[in-house]
Amino acid sequence: MKTPLLFILAAAAVVLASQAPAPAVLAGEIQGLRAFDSPGDGGESVTLEWEGGPSTLVSIMRSESSGGPFEEVGTTIGTDGAYEDYVEEGRPYYYRLSYRIGDQDYVTAPVGPVAARSNWFRSYRLNALVLAVLMFSLVIYYINAAKRGKDLYIRRISGISAIDEAVGRATEMGKKIIYIPGIMSISDIQTIASLSILSHVAKQTAVYGADIEVPNKDPLTFTAARETVKQAYMEAGRPDQFREDMVTYITYDQFAYAAAVSGKMVRERPATNFLIGYFFAESLILAETGQSTGAIQIAGTAAPTQLPFFVTTCDYTLMGEELYAASAYLSKEPILLGSIKAQDIAKALIIVTILVGIVAYFFGSTVIRNLLASR
Amino acid sequence: MVSIGVWINAFLTLCILSFLYKDNPFFRFAESLFAGMSLGYYIGLANQQTLMPNLFMPLFRDFSGSVVLLIPMALGILLYFRYIPRIAWMARLALAVYIGYYIGVMFLQKLHGEVLPQSRDTILQLRGIAGIDVLWNAVFIAGVISVLLYFYFSAEHKGVLGKVSRVGIWFLMISFGASFGYTIMARISLLMGRFSFLVNDWIRPLMGAS
Repeated sequence: MKTPLLFILAAAAVVLASQAPAPAVLAGEIQGLRAFDSPGDGGESVTLEWEGGPSTLVSIMRSESSGGPFEEVGTTIGTDGAYEDYVEEGRPYYYRLSYRIGDQDYVTAPVGPVAARSNWFRSYRLNALVLAVLMFSLVIYYINAAKRGKDLYIRRISGISAIDEAVGRATEMGKKIIYIPGIMSISDIQTIASLSILSHVAKQTAVYGADIEVPNKDPLTFTAARETVKQAYMEAGRPDQFREDMVTYITYDQFAYAAAVSGKMVRERPATNFLIGYFFAESLILAETGQSTGAIQIAGTAAPTQLPFFVTTCDYTLMGEELYAASAYLSKEPILLGSIKAQDIAKALIIVTILVGIVAYFFGSTVIRNLLASR
Repeated sequence: MVSIGVWINAFLTLCILSFLYKDNPFFRFAESLFAGMSLGYYIGLANQQTLMPNLFMPLFRDFSGSVVLLIPMALGILLYFRYIPRIAWMARLALAVYIGYYIGVMFLQKLHGEVLPQSRDTILQLRGIAGIDVLWNAVFIAGVISVLLYFYFSAEHKGVLGKVSRVGIWFLMISFGASFGYTIMARISLLMGRFSFLVNDWIRPLMGAS
């Protein structure tokens, strides 16, 4: 009889205790501070997270022992609820937060020890990996298809027809062609695409016997451009017509280069100017000067800030991806054709993903949006 | 008292600006000086800021610890092999490594830094927000989709695809117009900077004004 009574009393005590009001939490008070090794990084940071927090600045205090001394390593707005502290890999640290609400100062209990460790895989970049694997698979598939002789259709771009016409015009007028491959190094994909188009233009000049000059700003692009033109003349069966001074080096300074090429345009009055590659502020100087000399101008760039200048001053402009498509179209290289085809498939997939994501978001689901998150 | 440096600066500025009238000996002089001096300057800069601190000094200080630097050094030297006809082909090895490395790096950078975030940011809300925001979000979505379709090369731009890509071209041209105006304003401010120099640093002190 005694045991059930004691049990009932104990149970009642537990129930009453659980229903007792929790200690009041002050508005803005920081709760549940935790520190952990930032996931998926190279062992360079520790992440702090907490609930609550004031809308004013919170000091992030760090120490190598739980008893201190703690020193301030950063500040953040308390309501952010998180802070990433960059630390030495493998060294254990303790953290606490110091903040003020009204006239009262508060300090949290220290948490730790926590040390930053290197991780093998950045799990939050899984989406980029999946997309990269998908892209590579598509590119390899279509390159192989192109090599097997499958007809990969790429629509004709208006600027491409103009390239052959422009070379023909220069031949008829007996004037030279100036080809500017942008001002970036060959590490830039636009420069590589430009060299591919240069190869086609140089073959045409070799066949027609027209004169071409390629002034360069970047030393590596200069080397590659000279190789490209030389190779083009060999492939056209006119290696004797190639001269080293067809591809020249001017200077590495952007505006000195622009001044020198502008002077060349005004003095030599070329029949055709090609401005194809990556350009910066010199684009308008070059294109405007070329336009004033009456030359037919064909431009191509994927630099969004420079495209307006080319559109307004040049006869034909290859915009953005048209530049890459043009190089594939002209060269008929299976590698380039396969790449363009794969990119088209990827674009179609992205459009479908965006549309599905919009519909899902409309109905309250953020799954697709979250899948595309990157950091 | 106007310093000799300001005189040279003003003279060269006027020489370059004289190109606005037509090509002339003063412009040619300034152009050649500019190109020549900048070339020499960048050679010195490459030596002082690239070769010395990143290659020669580490090799001199700690050769065994920096032995890996001999690889880029060898690749750099390979570029000069093109001047020896018998082994000129070896210059292409360095170019191939350089291009291959950067394409690999850039591919993931573009994917992670541009394709994913831009796709995500196009998934916009079309309900539960103010009417004007719904309209702008719809315009944004239509712009992205139509421009993407304009750059679709695997099909002829006819029928529905032709009409949608036509809308894409309109979006592109409007954005080019805005970008054109914005950049021209930035260029005007550069021109003002030059005129400010000519007036405040050269003409005014010359006339005795402070």
